[in-house]
Amino acid sequence: MKIIPVREPLSRLPLHLFTHRVRAGFPSPADDYIEQPLDLNEHLIRHPAATYYARAQGDSMLQLGIYDGDLLVVDRSLEAHHGDVVIAAVNGELTCKVLDTRLGRLLSGNNDFPPIPCTGDTELVVEGVVIASIRYHRVCAG
Amino acid sequence: MFALVDCNSFYASCEQVFRPDLRGRPVVVLSNNDGFIVARSKEAKALGIPDLEPVWKVDHLLRKHKVAVFSSNYPLYGDLSSRVVTTLRQYAAEIEVYSIDEVFVRPWAADGDLKALGHTMKNAVWRDVRIPVGVGMASSKTLAKLANRAAKKVHALEHVCVVSTETQRQWLLKRADIEDIWGVGRRLGKQLRYLGINTAWELSNADVKWLRKRFSVCLERTIEELNGVSCLELEEAPPAKKQIYCTRSFGEKATALPPVLQATALYATRAAVKLRKQKHLVKLIHVFLQTSPFDKNHYARSCTIQLPYPTDDTRLIVAAAQRGAKHLFKEGYQFLKSGVGLVDIVDKTYLQSDMFTPAQPPKADALMSVMDSINAKYGTGSVHTAAEGVKKKWAMRQSYRSPSYTTSWNALPRIQC
Repeated sequence: MKIIPVREPLSRLPLHLFTHRVRAGFPSPADDYIEQPLDLNEHLIRHPAATYYARAQGDSMLQLGIYDGDLLVVDRSLEAHHGDVVIAAVNGELTCKVLDTRLGRLLSGNNDFPPIPCTGDTELVVEGVVIASIRYHRVCAG
Repeated sequence: MFALVDCNSFYASCEQVFRPDLRGRPVVVLSNNDGFIVARSKEAKALGIPDLEPVWKVDHLLRKHKVAVFSSNYPLYGDLSSRVVTTLRQYAAEIEVYSIDEVFVRPWAADGDLKALGHTMKNAVWRDVRIPVGVGMASSKTLAKLANRAAKKVHALEHVCVVSTETQRQWLLKRADIEDIWGVGRRLGKQLRYLGINTAWELSNADVKWLRKRFSVCLERTIEELNGVSCLELEEAPPAKKQIYCTRSFGEKATALPPVLQATALYATRAAVKLRKQKHLVKLIHVFLQTSPFDKNHYARSCTIQLPYPTDDTRLIVAAAQRGAKHLFKEGYQFLKSGVGLVDIVDKTYLQSDMFTPAQPPKADALMSVMDSINAKYGTGSVHTAAEGVKKKWAMRQSYRSPSYTTSWNALPRIQC
């Protein structure tokens, strides 16, 4: 006798095969069209191993819709382009700004904050591209 | 072709990932309980801080050079390690996770520009995870290990060392001491040196048959591997552990029974979680309790407890472990360490039972799976047996622990906007 162990499903999302109970009579017309439920991770994240979350702190990016306490989704694997919202290390301090490659500086999304020029002794390293920011409209669990 | 990718000063590098201000600065990571130094950044090594040194011995150096000191943060290291593996998978036909900071890769492209491939892998890991790695490539795992070592030591190689020609192989073997070879420990090294075999090169040219007779077939395989013949395959899925141990030192010495029982309960709980993860059941538990070996009246005892039936139920395992600890405990000692081992374990999927042998009730399975999913969602220890206690005075000292940046919503890196 051979024993075959039960294998674990690969996906963490449930696959609904039938949403309706099978009754004698007419089957649900929707049963042929069941697809996988939407997965927000899959929608937002292209490179899971290179994607990190961070918490925004401060008001310098208000005009770009990033508020204090927002969740930032950061992809390190992307090459940063002109105009991207990035996480940069400026002299070792992490900050969230808009990258201006043409004039070699970082811009804020708030007129009260002047651009940060990256010349001379200022060391700038782009740590990742902010691909999305998430704003909570209700207190979030966890 | 095999590549060994090895993370440089892994724990210290992990601490620098979300702290760019610490890159290029001396960083050390301490062992459980903050007792010893277990990892040093390149800069900390340069200051002459030795590995595995008790912290108090180098305290003056740490202060003087403003070394950044961290307690070990295993959730962070574990997450970053798995990210390194995932990043490397795209270049790999096969992969073996050899340890938390070492990965064997069998690359897709084994005939192209290997040096370029090595640099691509190294750069990808730095870009995606911010962990610096070294890459050694060769036709056997043993040679790849040596190549990796050379990649670290020879500055001009820029952390990538490919050994594909005979000249390169000879160069590598001639500069490697016998003890540097994977699988040749200090003891075997000593014996080989006694026979006049001092370098990897000498071993590769030694009389294989004679050495096999004197030592073992393992050494014969090592010699073959040094000669470029691959004998060791990649082990993709690590075999399930045959024993699971969870042991720790207490943060402060325990003289009373309650803290000892609580600690034992926690270790039993952790071991049970690991047991369920690998889908096994335990039949026999080993419990031990000891004082510091430096104490005048050193006390170390252990005992085993048989379970009523093979189980992975935390409640049963905790109760059994506590029964053991109670039996071992003695008044008048300052206990420093305890541990719980699940020593006789069986695969749950293959377990056959009949009507007459008692078995774990399905209700217990359901409860454990709920407990595991709650703890996975809200953090380890969200739900636990009352036996662990609430205030854990005996818990490990971890005074300098960094936030769990990638595994807890409350500890995400804060970015100034």
